[in-house]
Amino acid sequence: MSGAEEAGSFDPGGTGATAWTTGRIITKDLPAPHLVRLRMHVEDRQRHWPGQHYLIRLRAPDDYTAQRSYSLASDDSDPLVEFLVERLPDGEVSEFLADEAEVGDVLELRGPIGRWFRWDTYTPSVCLVGGTGVVPAVSMIRAARHHGRSDQLRVMAVARRPDELPYADELARFGATIAYTREGDDGRPPGPPTADELAPLLDGAELAYVCGSARFARFAEDLLLSSGLDPQAIRVEKFGVTG
Amino acid sequence: MPVTRGFRRRRPDGPEGRLPPGQYDVGSGWPVLTAEATPRIERESWSIEVDGLVDRPTTWTWDDVQQLPRSSYSGDIHCVTTWSKFDVVFTGVSVDSLLDVAGPQPEAAYVMAHSSTGYTTNLALADLTGGKAWVVWEFDGRPLTAEHGGPVRLLVPHLYFWKSAKWISRLELMAADRPGFWEVNGYHDRGDPWLEQRYQGDP
Repeated sequence: MSGAEEAGSFDPGGTGATAWTTGRIITKDLPAPHLVRLRMHVEDRQRHWPGQHYLIRLRAPDDYTAQRSYSLASDDSDPLVEFLVERLPDGEVSEFLADEAEVGDVLELRGPIGRWFRWDTYTPSVCLVGGTGVVPAVSMIRAARHHGRSDQLRVMAVARRPDELPYADELARFGATIAYTREGDDGRPPGPPTADELAPLLDGAELAYVCGSARFARFAEDLLLSSGLDPQAIRVEKFGVTG
Repeated sequence: MPVTRGFRRRRPDGPEGRLPPGQYDVGSGWPVLTAEATPRIERESWSIEVDGLVDRPTTWTWDDVQQLPRSSYSGDIHCVTTWSKFDVVFTGVSVDSLLDVAGPQPEAAYVMAHSSTGYTTNLALADLTGGKAWVVWEFDGRPLTAEHGGPVRLLVPHLYFWKSAKWISRLELMAADRPGFWEVNGYHDRGDPWLEQRYQGDP
């Protein structure tokens, strides 16, 4: 992060020690067959930065536990926290959340976690995100709108097809550039985003946030580096095999 | 904490006594987790320096480390994101071999491991000595790939894997502890998987 904090800038704290707490599922929906969205009320909730994540832990009757990290889609001003989880084959936690969890259920939660992959809401930044990697970018978009600083954030979202892009409508309303790799879209031929498409978003950007699968992240890093971005300005969050 | 309604154990426990609390066996996979862009470093341009509170600050090139006695680790690794991987084999040199040359001074008690990307992680010197830590360039008999920290990474398998800094370039010996990259960013200063020292606030 560069520059001195401006008076009245956003500082929710939320970067110190965290402890396990519980949260209740208030709404659950499946925006697509492979996606589950949970909105939860968190006991003793700490404030958070856009880009931070939570741990969700499940506990079996024999005290066996399974936990995974999930980015928040919600911003700090939301009275609930929102998760968008991809249901992975054999994903011990994601399958449970998609198939078993119900409104009213209580889960163990811990967060917010992460000081690195977070946006301070005023440094001019670009998000290059793929698939369910859009989730932290959605939190950043919501924070930008809440603080009236939408001009400080640019988003490029990548998915194979429209039905595989979570939050597509919200991204479009924000003015995100959207690239579908397998389907044409409004005159854009199918294919990965190009340096020419990325260039206008990078103009003036001081930080780049990359989130997606390991394969997507490798592609995004190469595109940003070949576009002349300083490696130190790139922050990466990868996921995939950890289910 | 309450039992989660409807949740049952589906995975076996893994080999007796080898899975730390909260971890699962990832099997043959090896997830990649990094915070920064993956650097492409040639073996010929790589080097490692041991400096700070040592009698003889020393830099080894790729050719230099090949002259040191080779040492391998065969065993398990544990990532803070909850996967564990059993029976991996890494080969390189023991950190003891580097420290024997550099000569730690009596007041040296901590080490900052630096990567060429600027990544850092802090360790107690005692966690790097006595055959517990390596500087490695082979995984299962093959050159370590860039995404897994190649050409050369640190290996401290008794701690969570973020302590095993990828693209290792420097070991800086210090008198006092100082948090590294993830440690500043909310992770635990020591990171013992058997004590579940994952984040700031854990025991």
